Amino acid sequence: MTAPALVATPAPPGERPREQAFRRLGPGWPTIAAKEFSDHVMSARFYVLFVILGVAALIPLYFGAERIRSLADQVSGSPALFLALFQVGPSGVDFLRADVFVAMAAPLLGVAFAFDAINGERHEGTLPRLLSQPIHRDDLINGKFVAGLAAIALVLAAVIGVVAGFGILRLGIAPGGEDVLRLVAWYLVTLLYVAMWLAFGLLLSVVVVRAATSALIGFGTWLFVAMPFFGPLLLNLASQLLVPASGDVSQQYAAAGGQQLIQRLLPSTLYREASLALLNPGVTTTSNPTTLSQAIQYQEQIQGGLVGLDQSLLIIWPHVVALLALTALCFALAYVAFMRQEVRA
Amino acid sequence: MSEQPSIRRRRPGDPPRLGATRRVGRPSTGQMQPVATPRKQERGRPVPPPPSAEGGALPISTRGLTKRYGDLVAVDGLDLDVVPGEIFGLLGQNGAGKTTTILMLLGLTEPSGGWARVAGFDPTRQPLEVKRRVGYLPDAVGFYGAMSGRANLRYTARLNRLERVASEARIEEVLEQVGMANRADDRVDTYSRGMLQRLGIADALLKDPAVLILDEPTTAIDPIGVVEILELLRGLARKRGLAILLSSHLLTQVQSVCDRVGIFAAGRLIGVGTVPELALRFGEPVDLIEVGAEGEADPSGAISAMPGFRSIVAGERPGDPFVVRVDRGSGATLRAAVLAAAAAGTIPLTSVREVVPSLDDIYRRALEERGLAAHGRVAA
Repeated sequence: MTAPALVATPAPPGERPREQAFRRLGPGWPTIAAKEFSDHVMSARFYVLFVILGVAALIPLYFGAERIRSLADQVSGSPALFLALFQVGPSGVDFLRADVFVAMAAPLLGVAFAFDAINGERHEGTLPRLLSQPIHRDDLINGKFVAGLAAIALVLAAVIGVVAGFGILRLGIAPGGEDVLRLVAWYLVTLLYVAMWLAFGLLLSVVVVRAATSALIGFGTWLFVAMPFFGPLLLNLASQLLVPASGDVSQQYAAAGGQQLIQRLLPSTLYREASLALLNPGVTTTSNPTTLSQAIQYQEQIQGGLVGLDQSLLIIWPHVVALLALTALCFALAYVAFMRQEVRA
Repeated sequence: MSEQPSIRRRRPGDPPRLGATRRVGRPSTGQMQPVATPRKQERGRPVPPPPSAEGGALPISTRGLTKRYGDLVAVDGLDLDVVPGEIFGLLGQNGAGKTTTILMLLGLTEPSGGWARVAGFDPTRQPLEVKRRVGYLPDAVGFYGAMSGRANLRYTARLNRLERVASEARIEEVLEQVGMANRADDRVDTYSRGMLQRLGIADALLKDPAVLILDEPTTAIDPIGVVEILELLRGLARKRGLAILLSSHLLTQVQSVCDRVGIFAAGRLIGVGTVPELALRFGEPVDLIEVGAEGEADPSGAISAMPGFRSIVAGERPGDPFVVRVDRGSGATLRAAVLAAAAAGTIPLTSVREVVPSLDDIYRRALEERGLAAHGRVAA
């Protein structure tokens, strides 16, 4: 209708002497990732989050140390004692545990490092200038994602290292080989959980025009999903409403299975279950028993003792896949939205 | 790696590129004719196919370039050629389609129709090849406030994959060129708007581009700085064959620095040419003569009897020169007649000179001719 189809006929590189001087361009995202990473590491928010996370991990550890000592007498020789460092809080307030704090803080980290990734560039007026450099548009979003993940990986590794070091030095608990592997697996799953939130923050920064608004939405979602008093509680109520537990024992068990399915809609549930299975070799299943015979079976298994890391990984594999899919979904949405956006707001 | 800096630019001694002849507007028919073609007809106009990549080495060349946002036509069938060593000024009001055009040239927005070639490449299909050869200063340019000006430029150098050692020297060079060397190590958030704009020009020059596209390059720079920057741009175009496309609404600046000017209104280029050409086309068919007379003296009576006389307007304040309009080509005769009258004692003459119509007038008349009110301006 308007114009004949455009037919670009790029000449073979040899035919254009002037162009020969130009080398093939390498990928652009490492440059962006390097700059963003150094920005993150120098930024105030990095230190604030570092301190918060460090304190959140160390305080329960400090108060929990006594309990671990007393525990150590009972279960001396247990291969999982080292991992108890991350799961034992002061007596009485059992939820004050390192793994619970990480589970709560990880989404915060993800959102905090991404909520202003794109709209911040827009606000500063750097976006048109940046995109007029010889990089692909997706280099920007990829680079920012990688940089955010790297910064968070650093913070998490440091915090875990401090906790582990505290345990080794003060409590004299040396980790066994499998303990270390379990810790690494837990670290990777935590990173995946953070990546999901990072991708979510990135999506917000693309879609929401103002950084302050996207921060509010991001932290609001975090409160709802990750804090036990909001989303999980509501979802719990909803699940009890949808799948009422009544009647005899077997019906109650069946209802519990349905309720768990609903609760697993939240990524925080997925992560909590995965985290528990990885840190505690005594966990042989993440699902509630759905029949009476299963319940009895489970009871026997628990008394049976610990499972190997491979078995634990098998248990949480569906959780990992679900988290991976959520991350991919958030990132893909952010990606598509950004590619379709006009450079001018 | 001991590779030489990778970007080689055309030097004056180089053999001329194919197609590097100066073309004004659309070569064939009447871009210059003030015939207002109905838009519908225009839209169906066949667009000539783009040149093959080897032949089309014009820095900027577009045919029928069109951008629609739903029903709104932001850019409508733009035909534009910019040759090496030329400074082309794009004039137009806000929303006339200047920035949209520039974004299409950079491959940052996809055209709805027609084609563009920048440095021989299609911005839509080979945006990276275009972007590594084009320096771009966006309207309201921004930098990372927490970094120094130099660090910002260093980041640009990295994004252009310039070699580290060579780029440090290059950064220093462009900082000197825009007069920012002494503030380069301060944080950018301490810079004024004008300094940001200077840094933006340095940023655009950093990659040693073959084409420079500047969106409102001098709006926030102080008058003396503007002269420096315009000198710099003119030097780059003359000495190094850089093609520069700049958009501006500061008409006097455009007039002083641009070789050719395109008047942009409602997405269409309504006139292209040098300022005198445009004056000839859009201006009244008159010559303008300024006549200064002593004190309260009024030379109107004497002048109105002279050959070719059309009108005379007194200056705004007493003592200001009168502006006389005469038939085109009668300017010299009138001046001679005024001087003769002064010699005869009829007019107490203090000055007489011919004035060139300002781009301001041309612009306004061009818009009026197309039935487009130049809003925001007082029609004097």
